[in-house]
Amino acid sequence: MLYIKCPYCGLRAQKEFSYGGDATVKRPNINEEVSSEDWDNFVYMRKSPRGKHLELWQHIAGCRQWIKVQRDTATHEIFQTAKVTEEIR
Amino acid sequence: MSQPFRLNKEGLINRNKKISFTFNGKKLFGYEGDTIASALIANGIHLVGRSFKYHRPRGFFGAGVEEPNAKLQVEFNGHSEPNVNATEMELVEGLSATSQNCWPSVNFDIGAINNFLKMFFPAGFYYKTFMWPKSFWYKIYEPFIRKAAGLGVASIEKDKERYEHKFEYCDLLVTGSGPSGLASAYAAAKNGAKVILAEDKPRFGGTLLTDDVSIDNLSGKDWAEKIISELKSMPNVTVKNRSQVFGYYDHNMLVMFERVSDHLEKKSKFTPRQRLWYIRAKETILSTGSIERPIVFGNNDTPGIFLSAAAKEYMKVYGVLVGKKPLIFTNNDSAYETALEFKKNNVEPIILDTREEHSSELIDEAKSKGIDIRFSHGVIVANGYKKVKSAKIGKLNKDKNSFEKIETVDCDCICVSGFWTPSVHLASQSGNKLKYEEKIDAFIPDKKKQHETSVGAANGSFTLEESLKNGFENGSNLSAKITDTKTEIAIPNVNEKKYGAHDKFWCMPLPKNENPKRFVDFQNDVSVSDIEIALREGYRSIEHVKRYTTLGMATDQGRTSNLNGLQLVSNIENKIVPEVGHTTFRPPFTPITIGTIVGREVGMEYMPTRKTPMHEWHEKNNAVFVDAGAWKRPRYYKQGNETLFEASKREAKNVRENVGICDVTTLGKIDIKGPDAAEFLNRVYTNAWMKLPVGKARYGLMLREDGIVMDDGTTTRISENHYHMTTTTAQAANVLSHLEYYLQIVWPELNVNVVSTTEQWAGAAIAGPKSRDMLSKLYPDLDVSNDALPFMGYKEAEFFGVPSRIFRISFSGELAYEINVKSDHGMFMWEKMMEVGKQFGNQPYGTEALSTLRIEMGHVAGPELDGRTIPSDVSLNGLVSKKKDFIGKNSLGREAFNVESRQKIVGLIPIDRKSSIPEGSHIVQDQNAKLPNPKLGHVSSSCWSVENNNPFSLAIMKDGKNMIGKKFFAVSPLKNKSIEVEVISSHYVDPEGKRVRS
Ligand SMILES: [Zn+2]
Repeated sequence: MLYIKCPYCGLRAQKEFSYGGDATVKRPNINEEVSSEDWDNFVYMRKSPRGKHLELWQHIAGCRQWIKVQRDTATHEIFQTAKVTEEIR
Repeated sequence: MSQPFRLNKEGLINRNKKISFTFNGKKLFGYEGDTIASALIANGIHLVGRSFKYHRPRGFFGAGVEEPNAKLQVEFNGHSEPNVNATEMELVEGLSATSQNCWPSVNFDIGAINNFLKMFFPAGFYYKTFMWPKSFWYKIYEPFIRKAAGLGVASIEKDKERYEHKFEYCDLLVTGSGPSGLASAYAAAKNGAKVILAEDKPRFGGTLLTDDVSIDNLSGKDWAEKIISELKSMPNVTVKNRSQVFGYYDHNMLVMFERVSDHLEKKSKFTPRQRLWYIRAKETILSTGSIERPIVFGNNDTPGIFLSAAAKEYMKVYGVLVGKKPLIFTNNDSAYETALEFKKNNVEPIILDTREEHSSELIDEAKSKGIDIRFSHGVIVANGYKKVKSAKIGKLNKDKNSFEKIETVDCDCICVSGFWTPSVHLASQSGNKLKYEEKIDAFIPDKKKQHETSVGAANGSFTLEESLKNGFENGSNLSAKITDTKTEIAIPNVNEKKYGAHDKFWCMPLPKNENPKRFVDFQNDVSVSDIEIALREGYRSIEHVKRYTTLGMATDQGRTSNLNGLQLVSNIENKIVPEVGHTTFRPPFTPITIGTIVGREVGMEYMPTRKTPMHEWHEKNNAVFVDAGAWKRPRYYKQGNETLFEASKREAKNVRENVGICDVTTLGKIDIKGPDAAEFLNRVYTNAWMKLPVGKARYGLMLREDGIVMDDGTTTRISENHYHMTTTTAQAANVLSHLEYYLQIVWPELNVNVVSTTEQWAGAAIAGPKSRDMLSKLYPDLDVSNDALPFMGYKEAEFFGVPSRIFRISFSGELAYEINVKSDHGMFMWEKMMEVGKQFGNQPYGTEALSTLRIEMGHVAGPELDGRTIPSDVSLNGLVSKKKDFIGKNSLGREAFNVESRQKIVGLIPIDRKSSIPEGSHIVQDQNAKLPNPKLGHVSSSCWSVENNNPFSLAIMKDGKNMIGKKFFAVSPLKNKSIEVEVISSHYVDPEGKRVRS
């Protein structure tokens, strides 16, 4: 079970969180034209990297905040976590 | 009552307390502190089971977790458990053990015929033999395999025992209380670290209990006792015996299995049987020791053949002799200690040493004691069927592949030692890739991926001095990093015997024309020839060889077989072992009970139960409940001998004719507040929300970004910046997360807050033509006329002195209202409604009637919004705004979503107007068509229409409304039914929706 550091609550067990997918995906702006290709990329196309992956998790059984987690998909090593408003490099 | 193989003095058992037990029906006794194995051996019993494939007689081989053979069915404390390891299970009064995998008995087993047909059971025999024809599987092969190869029998009784889970955190977890583990724990404890020391066995000390060593002038055993008692006295240390750390998971979480009370005769009913510990450790010391590996030779699975260290442990710990005429077969010095222990107990062993004549401290000692040592010797084949009687031994030539001389010697046991294999399972589980250590012919941990450090024998250090030093240093350094304290500890003086070099010899050659089975893996009956066949057939990867032959796949995880298997493969392939590699270790290290994994989450505790504030009333009024997620909802209220069908029909009919009330507390409720709330709703829902006035509700539909309907519900504008959203019961949690996602990540600029209020409100729906009359009595001071409170209207008013919210919304399609009060007032509201409603013929209705009402109205719900439908599929395209943008809008333009023939909602009625249509039925044109019969759609919801008094169903069907008037078959292979149906509109009752507005 992963041990995830919620930037609001501290280190908590994985079972308090739910997974939210790739954090680098940006939704096309609302009320703006978007090409079919861009839209399809946003809805469907995800990289599935082996290694570092920036992803979203929600602390559902805690503060209910969505957070960013940079994790190695092969080893599960977590390099960094942050609030969604913060940058992770 | 005498025990022929019990020594008079030796051992750590309590000779003052006799324990009686039975084995295969025979009454026996042992002592407190015995395992089933030691007690049986003391009684001269070695034949305990039959092997998995060939049903060969099998006896004990080890003295602990390494045991591959002695798995018994054991009954104790009122339960029966299969596959219990006899070398680990402690004896308790009244225990009854029986052999497994034998029929009719362990002494005469019909399956043993397999042993004589072994040419038919080569490697991969399951794959090869039981391939075809397919029908043979069910009728012949499977029943045969089950009967012949079954291990133990799982109990079908309910497990009455209590199992617990515990979460723990520590600075340092030490797994194993041998010398290196004790030293690590002690050093870390002295540095003030929070330490957990876990020992799998009942006694602490590991090899210190059996090795002839001294530390600071104390015997190994006394030193271990001293350290343990000191550790136990320290508040920062938890010391646990009978506790095995069996799994190493991510982020340094380890899982430990504690056998709390299996060894106790009496216990309180609150004492758990076993406990699972989830331990999050900052650092882990892996002091798991090593396991002796055998040398492979002919019939090496015959009862009476032991690992040499096990034989020593039976003498030293249990005071039991595994035999009185032992052969010691070894390639290293450690077995000499076993020989010396035999000698000490007046038993004359013969040592067969594969090495050429040489000298070492132990060899010299054995010589000086007059022990018969034969160098360059080994056992070729063991003789005896149910017990070793003699052995054919050979003097090896210099090439070690041929014999100078062969002879037969009498013996009653063979103690074999092929050197030591570090127990690296936890390191491997943690992600450590392991490396091959030439010096010891085995794998040891390599670069660490997590916070683990292997010490002592687990790391390939086989001397006491090194192990202690290793332990003290690592325990001290690792803990000092955490506690910032470093206490100097003097490394104790050690007295131990120096071992000479071992021989890289692992398999005895066979003389010409002799072909006895030579087993590599005992538990899965994998022999040398099986592995040879696998390689001959082209299997190369060790992982494939493992799966094809089942080498190392049994419950013992190949503890005694892995390395010999690798040696064999590398020899045949002309590779070195590290090139062959090793297979992956996976948790659990030893089998653990299902009860422990489940813990307290059984029965009612399986998951939380959510009850509405009116639950007690429902119970008292014969509600039959149905699970809706964690909620309990009344499905129907049973009157007399009514069936579900009769009751739901009565309840639904009463709503259509009079008025009914339904507990709708379980609907998801989300409070939405903020100046941008309207804008937010406008983006979340497909329809327009900017112009909804205060005091009005609106039905809304939300999509996922891929255009699929996510949920529906009504949202009411309570005040300028305050909305009350409802969701379906099932989607409540998902919708909240969805809203939070958009507010926190996508549109943080929107000033809106959302919070779940599901449990803050109790809700009741009042539905039926008489609902307004009833409402007027519930709110005598309120104008509830159609003008004052129109469809989709909202009012706040006092309900007999209690604040309440009135929503004029309808799920049943009838004139209806939903009243919300604070949860605490829910029961009061409900009882008042029942009382006031009497005069209008009010009856409560459950979810079954609710379904009937919504289905015949053509209102969609979960079965239609099944994660595959878009709004136009379920006739909700009227709710999709063309003017504004919203979540999922861009997806609705996809080509496949706009194909005319797309499956859409329709209604179905049976041609005979009688046969109900099973939900899930497939709709086909021709019920007799050849398979695969083209499927045109499926039946999503079915009911008995109370309005029209015949069955009615909703279906999602190709070409949708274009099919109206046509006839098809609804086929349910599951129910073996085929019903001719006609397609009609999905709005079967009141298609114009007049009633809700009346
Ligand atoms: Zn949090």
